Order: sequence, then structure tokens, then C-alpha cells
Amino acid sequence: MRVESYATLAEAARAMGPDAVFMAGGTLVMRDVNAGTSASRIVRSADPVLTEIRSTGDGVSIGAGVTMAQALANRDLAFLSSVARSVGGPQVRNMATIGGNIFAHHPYGDFAVALLALGARVVLAGQGAAKPLEDVLRERGRSSTSPIIAAIEVPRPRDPRAFAFAKISRIKPKGVSVMSIAAHLPREGGRIRGARIAFGAMGPTPLRATAAERVLEGQSLDAATIARAAQLACDGLDPPTDALASAWYRREVAGTHLKRLLEKMERG
Amino acid sequence: MIEFRKEFFANERDDNLNEIGKATRRQDILGHVTGRSPYFDDHLFEGLLHIRCVRSPHHHARIRRIDVSAAEKMPGVVRVLLGKDVPLNLNTLLSLLDFGLDDEPVLSTTKVAYKGEPVAAIIAESEAQARAAVLAVKVDWEVLPHVLDVEDAVKPGAPVVCDVYPSNKFIYHGKFDHQKLRYGDVEEAFARADHIVEGRYQMSPIEQAPMETCGAIAAPEVNDRFVCFTSTQGLFFSLGTAAKLLTMPSSRLHFVGGTVGGGFGGKVDSMHEPLAILGAMLTGRPCKYAWDREEEMQVGAPRGAERWYIKDGIARDGRILARKFTGYFDSGAYTRLSSYAIIKGVGHLPGPYTIPNVYADVFCVYTNRTPATAMRGFGITGVDFAIEAHMDKGAEMAGLNPIDFRILNSYRDGDMKAHRRLAKNCALVECCQVVAEKGGVVLTQASRAATSVLDGGGERARLPSRTATDQNGIVSGFKGGNYAKKGGGASGPQPVALPIAASAPTPAYASPASLRPAAPAYQPAATPPPAPQPPAPAADTARHGALRFSSLSGFRRR
Amino acid sequence: MAKKPVTFILNGSERAAFAEEGLNLLEFLRRGIGDLSPKYGCGQGTCGACTVIIDGETHLSCLTMAVAIEGRKVETASGLANGKVHPLQEAFMEHFAAQCGYCTPGMLMSAKVLLDRNPAPTRADVIEAISGNLCRCTGYEPIIDAILATANMRRLA
Repeated sequence: MRVESYATLAEAARAMGPDAVFMAGGTLVMRDVNAGTSASRIVRSADPVLTEIRSTGDGVSIGAGVTMAQALANRDLAFLSSVARSVGGPQVRNMATIGGNIFAHHPYGDFAVALLALGARVVLAGQGAAKPLEDVLRERGRSSTSPIIAAIEVPRPRDPRAFAFAKISRIKPKGVSVMSIAAHLPREGGRIRGARIAFGAMGPTPLRATAAERVLEGQSLDAATIARAAQLACDGLDPPTDALASAWYRREVAGTHLKRLLEKMERG
Repeated sequence: MIEFRKEFFANERDDNLNEIGKATRRQDILGHVTGRSPYFDDHLFEGLLHIRCVRSPHHHARIRRIDVSAAEKMPGVVRVLLGKDVPLNLNTLLSLLDFGLDDEPVLSTTKVAYKGEPVAAIIAESEAQARAAVLAVKVDWEVLPHVLDVEDAVKPGAPVVCDVYPSNKFIYHGKFDHQKLRYGDVEEAFARADHIVEGRYQMSPIEQAPMETCGAIAAPEVNDRFVCFTSTQGLFFSLGTAAKLLTMPSSRLHFVGGTVGGGFGGKVDSMHEPLAILGAMLTGRPCKYAWDREEEMQVGAPRGAERWYIKDGIARDGRILARKFTGYFDSGAYTRLSSYAIIKGVGHLPGPYTIPNVYADVFCVYTNRTPATAMRGFGITGVDFAIEAHMDKGAEMAGLNPIDFRILNSYRDGDMKAHRRLAKNCALVECCQVVAEKGGVVLTQASRAATSVLDGGGERARLPSRTATDQNGIVSGFKGGNYAKKGGGASGPQPVALPIAASAPTPAYASPASLRPAAPAYQPAATPPPAPQPPAPAADTARHGALRFSSLSGFRRR
Repeated sequence: MAKKPVTFILNGSERAAFAEEGLNLLEFLRRGIGDLSPKYGCGQGTCGACTVIIDGETHLSCLTMAVAIEGRKVETASGLANGKVHPLQEAFMEHFAAQCGYCTPGMLMSAKVLLDRNPAPTRADVIEAISGNLCRCTGYEPIIDAILATANMRRLA
């Protein structure tokens, strides 16, 4: 195994290949290194771009190397603080990065669930325009060479109450996700316009609950709408069976947890 | 917060205790808070070698061939161990206590019976190199049908998990395929009971999950000895086990332990010491064998799963007249300590209640799951959950508050217990009263007036006039006297794989002494003495007196 | 694997040693430097037994590459006592906050950073601060009590 450090992300991106993995905070890659299952080359970069947080009018651009703790401490990212706080314990939050979270397999990857619901776009190192996060998640693990994420552009919800996040865990105060749910339900004239709901640990990557979104579109959060959305929560999802929960259990409870989240949003 | 209720049993206690109720510091705590307590892995050796095992990916499979040639050529690999390298490659932990047949290899050679069972061990210069070489070992597996459920495992035609016990059941006392408890006649009592309450209870395996994973480091020492730093919870138990498997006198082994990063029962199995020492013997270098976290969770022996069926016969006034148990302990693929857990568990039945008719059949069942072992009160904890859940059901059926129901049926001092000893130092009645008080539960007048020291003995001290016995589950081919060989001969066990005989008409408890295990370590609760001679219930059940240790029931006064 | 020199500050003293490239900080500290206070519990960042402080923040040494601490300040439990035991260590002893002791060094690191940043933590703050440190013996309550007691003592002092 070899560790390669590059001054700039562009150089790091050029160094990537089928035998390489990019390491940011290390919370994912070092597990594999310790277990002897990592790629043979580990690519790192101390490019300062990775740790920038920039306000961009209607959103925020977050460097992929920004840690959960840094996100938590940043005023521009206040709308994501409950999400960042839900990740790991303090040690993990001091190390784990926003970019890395996009590569995390369940039961990890809660932050990416929130980013997906918010419609975040991803800037890949050495590539041009930002891509929708959904595309990056869909392509995750499909191509032989993994991309390096430079930054994530997150639209800021106009009404902070339109965004909500829940992590369902069996251990208090902190445990990994049985599932996580993020919902962004912007309203125009009391009606939901552009509903986005994302689930974590309900498929191979964070996934959108498109059937539930369609139910909510154009509606208000009344009891009947919430019930219908909850009923269709699992439509199109593919929950895994793992040590935390069976696929059956996840299907059984997903609607209930979505219902609770939507009811909480409605209460405000 | 601890609250002392000194009004209870005040006249029975000298109350001159120097330690109880007073804060005291652990003797080892300065080392703990300064990070200087020496756990096994805190002993540094120059040139330390690392051992990692090749493990079965299958629940049950025959080993056709193990090809280590590629692994031996891997960088850093010093030696590859197979079962043939282990001087005595078959053991059962309790053979040190003459209990059970040797059934488990250190490194399996012919078949594996659980996922994660080791079949080869790599010794390499670094842990990473050992890991890489493990992947290079090629095993030709013939996958066999497996069984993961205790009741499936005892059905006819179930896959045979462990050849030593072909019925998938441990053999008790060389005689029965389960541990029996017979006290009175439950069927007769069920027939005259006003209520019958039945229940099925199940507990899953629980991993002890100590913060420090299990492991050992062994190194050659002067005078042809080997030093072994280990995380074991039972230092001399592990020492004896290593001496047996390595066929060397224990005087050649220098074990150092006692600083354990959490055990909870999961560090008695002595899996690491023999292999680490063997590595040191064969390489002449210090060797470390430790589980990583994944191994700790997958192959580290948990508290076993248990399944219980309980049937109660209850009189109209709420007294339990009879209680019948059928229990299945999931021992996993090998015996380890489950056989003993059942002896302990059956001695505990029917729970802390005076019930004149009790029956239990408890099976130690082999399945293709990770072998089970000790964990905090194993043998008791699971069945207590079942009993107390069942007590709540019984209370509901009898129309009583669950606490009143418990007080009514609790042991009083001087009562005869189902394992034919008198109850002493009872305190359940008082505990129930305090629970009711704390929980705001209003008890009946009778429950409030009840006390553990009154109302016991007399009629309640008497043994049943008749105990119904049977020969169910009798086996042949297992001699009581062949419980494990002493001295660790190379011949291995003589598995006596004879089919289980149908119910034979031999008298139940008349086996000649020669067929009984030599010097049984534990008084089997289910084997009543030929002519039960319980101590006459003393008129005054005095609590004063010297303490005496009983292996089965713990400290008791005499 | 190539070896690289690593120079860093450990508990206030400059240290230098060679580390293999993929080696994690936990193994480097334990076998390369000889500081045995951080413990291996999982190698996966789950248990917190290997917690050390890097530049004032808690990190998991098992998930930190040894070569990444070049030039940085590392604190471990073995450096906590400076001539005499640290108030946190005293409180852990007083409140029976260690049983097997294996989680204790990591737990102390998390507690130290909490109190350095927040001299008057609430019980909830303490629980959050040690939420990345598992303990299988104590049930956490004595540990929480010990950390709160340390904060109270400091305020009185």
C-alpha cells in the first residue's frame, strides 16, 4: 500500500485510478486499511479549497473536506446543524467530512440524506459543471475510478421550517441509523411546491421517496395527506437487511417515522 | 442510590460491617485512570509475530482439502499451522472438571460446524501480512445442510452438527439426552388445578462485547518455559487447557493475567493461549493471537439462545400447584460451558417459589451457530426472564395483582425446594413489599403481613409423597465413566455414536456407581438421592451461624 | 510499505519515529513510541477506546494515519497527570468511574476537551461529549458524575 499526497485537487484527481482511493477524514478509508481491504494506493490532498465554506446568495458551497464539527460551528450552515450533530460522536465529527459522507454505505451516510432532500449539487475535481447529487450517488461504485468531490453546493431553504431531518436509532443518546429521513417541503401560498423526501439505509445509497413526494406535491400537510404519504413511503425503496434491522422491519416502520416527521413539520 | 432497609431481618444481623455500605476505591484504579494498567497487549516484544486464522465462510461444511502452499510463500509469513500441528487437537473446556466429552478441535481438520470456525492459522511478521496470507489459503469446502434452530436440530433427520453427540443433544450423566428434574407429580396436579397457564419464551444470543477483544501473547522463556500474557478471566483454567492441548506439564507454562479489559463471561474459553503458545513453540519467537472486533462479534462465544416452554397448574386461590418446564439451550456447534449452564439452571427451577410438583426436561442442543459460553449468570438469567414473564401471566389468570401473586407463592424459610434442599435466608417477600411500596401498588392485607421468616417449614418442608419418574430420553453407548480422558492421550475421544435407545425399562435411578461420572464436580440437581433424606426442618430456622460455600447454591448458612 | 519519519509533539515533548505509510496512529503510538494508554477496541472508529487529542480536538487514533500527525500536537491519557494526578483522574477514582479500565484513557480525553471548552457543562453536555466512547462496565452514570464533579470542583477552586 502506498500513500500519495498532492498539493492540489487537480493533481490528486489526475492520480486517481482503479487501484486508488481518495482519503479525506479517514473514517471510512482507514477502516479498510486496518482490515487489510483497502485499495493499494491512497490519495490525499491538503488543497485549501477542500475546507472552504462560501455563501453563494441562495445557497452555500461547502468544501468536501469540511468536517461535521466545522459544519456545526458555521453560521451559514445553521440549517444543517441538527444533521451534522446527528453524525457520530465528537471524535467522528472532528474527522468525518461532508464529501466522505457521500461515499458512506449504510448505516452511515446520514448527512448525504439531508443533502439529497435539499437538492444539493456536487462539484467534482477536474470536471466542469456541478452535477446533481442523485447522479453521483447513482454512479457510486459503478465506475472503476472513483471521482474526487471538491465541493457540495447546497441551496438554503428559504423557510427553515420547510426542512426537517430525523435519524432513527436504537441506541440513546447516539447510535447508527436504522434509517434516516430528510424532507424539504417548500410552500407557495400554503401549498407544497417541489417536495423532496430522502431516506437513508433504505437502499444501496440514500434514495428519494418519489411516491410520497408526489402525494405531497400541491397539498398542505393535513392528516389525510400525511397518511397517504406514509403509506407510500417505501415505494421504490429497497431496504437492506443488516445487523441493525431486517428489510421487513424497515419497511414496516418507515411510514410511521415519515408520518411523525411530517406531523412535526406541520406543528412547526 | 443505594438504600439500606435495615429494619428487615434486624435481629439476625450483627450489623458490624466494615465495608458494606461504605465507599471504597478499587485497588487497581490508579493504573486505570493513568493508562498504565497492563492489559495483555501492553507487553511489548521485539520481533513479535502475529497469528490470524483462516475461518469457515459456511455454517456447516466438510473440508475436502486445505491448500496453504500459496500462503506459505506470501511476504512475511513465517509458518502456517493446521490441525495436525496441534499436539492434542480435541478438547472440551469442562474436561478439566471431568465433565463432557472432548468435542472441539483447535483447528478443524475434517469439517466445520459454524461460520467462522478456524481451520488454519497464519503466523506472520505483521498483522497486515497475516491478513493477506489468510486470503491466500484455499479451502475446498463441501457445503453441508445446516440447522440453526434448537427444535429443528432435535428432530429426526436433522443434520448432525457434532459427531461426538449424534443426536445433537449433550448426554447427561452418561445416561440421558437431557437434564431431568422430577419432584412430585405434575400431571396429577394439573388434573386438579383450576387454571392451566402455558407459555413459550425465547431469548436470543447476546455477545458480551468486552471493550478489549480476547487475545494472548506467548513467548519463549528461560528454562524451556513459555510465558503467556492473556486476557483470560480464568487464568488457571486457561493454563490447564493449554497444558492439555499442548501435552506439556503446566509447570512449563508461565501465565500472566488478571488485568482484563472487560470479560462478562466471554473470556473463559481459552481459545487464544494454546495457539499463541504453539506459535511460540514452533517459531521460537513471541506470538500474538488476538481477535479483531469483527471476530469478537462473529466467533466470540455469546450467551446462548434459550427457548422455554412453561406450563403451570394454579389453584383458585392463586397457589401454584405444579410447574412443568421444557427447555432448549442453544449450545451452538460445540459444548463449551452450555452443559454446565443447564445443570445450574435446572438447580434453580422452579424459581424462588414453593411449588409442590415440578418437572423439567432441559436439553443442551447443538446447532450450526457460534458456540455459546458463559455470560453473567448464564443458565439462570434466561429462564428467570421466562419464569417471571410466566408469573405475570399466571397472576392475570388467577385474577391477582402480580406482586400479591408472587408473595403468595414465594419461598419462606424452611420450605422444601424442588432440588430437595431447604430454603434459607429467603427475602423475596420483603423485596416484593418494597417494590410495591415504591411503585405505589396497594397489596392485600395478607401480602402486607407476610414475611419470609414465618409460615415456612412444617408441611411445606415435606418432600412429595410420590415422585413420578420415567426413562424418557435414555441413551445407550455413553458410559458415565468415560467423561473425558485424563492426561490428554493422543487417541482422542471414543465417540460412541450409537443410536438413542427407545425408552428402556431399566429402573430410573439405580445405576451402579461405576456408571456414574467419576467424582462429578457438580451435584446434578436432577438426580435425586436413592433414598432422599432431607435434613429435618429445624423448628427454629435460625439464620445465625457460620457460612459454608456450596458450589450449587452459593453461600448458605448452616 | 515505505517508512516515513514522523515528528510531532506528544504530551508536550517532541518525538520522532518512523512509521509505515498505512500505519494508524494507535499502533504507531503504542508500538512505535511506546505510549500504551490509547487502547484498541474495534479498529473501526466505533468504540472510542483509542481517543487522543490532536491540536485540542478529540480524534480516533485507529482511524488516523500516523504520517498525518507530522508537526501536530498529540495528547494522550498517559500525559494527563503532570506531577500529580489530574482532577479528572481524581474524580474518576473517587466516583468509581472505571471498572475494567479499558475505556478510561479514551473517556478521559473526551472529558478533558469538554471541560477545556465548557467549564460548566450540563449533564446533557457531558452525555453528548462522551457519546463516542463506549463503556461496557459502568453503565456510564459514575463517569458522568465524575466529569460533572470535576467541573464543580474547578468552579469552587
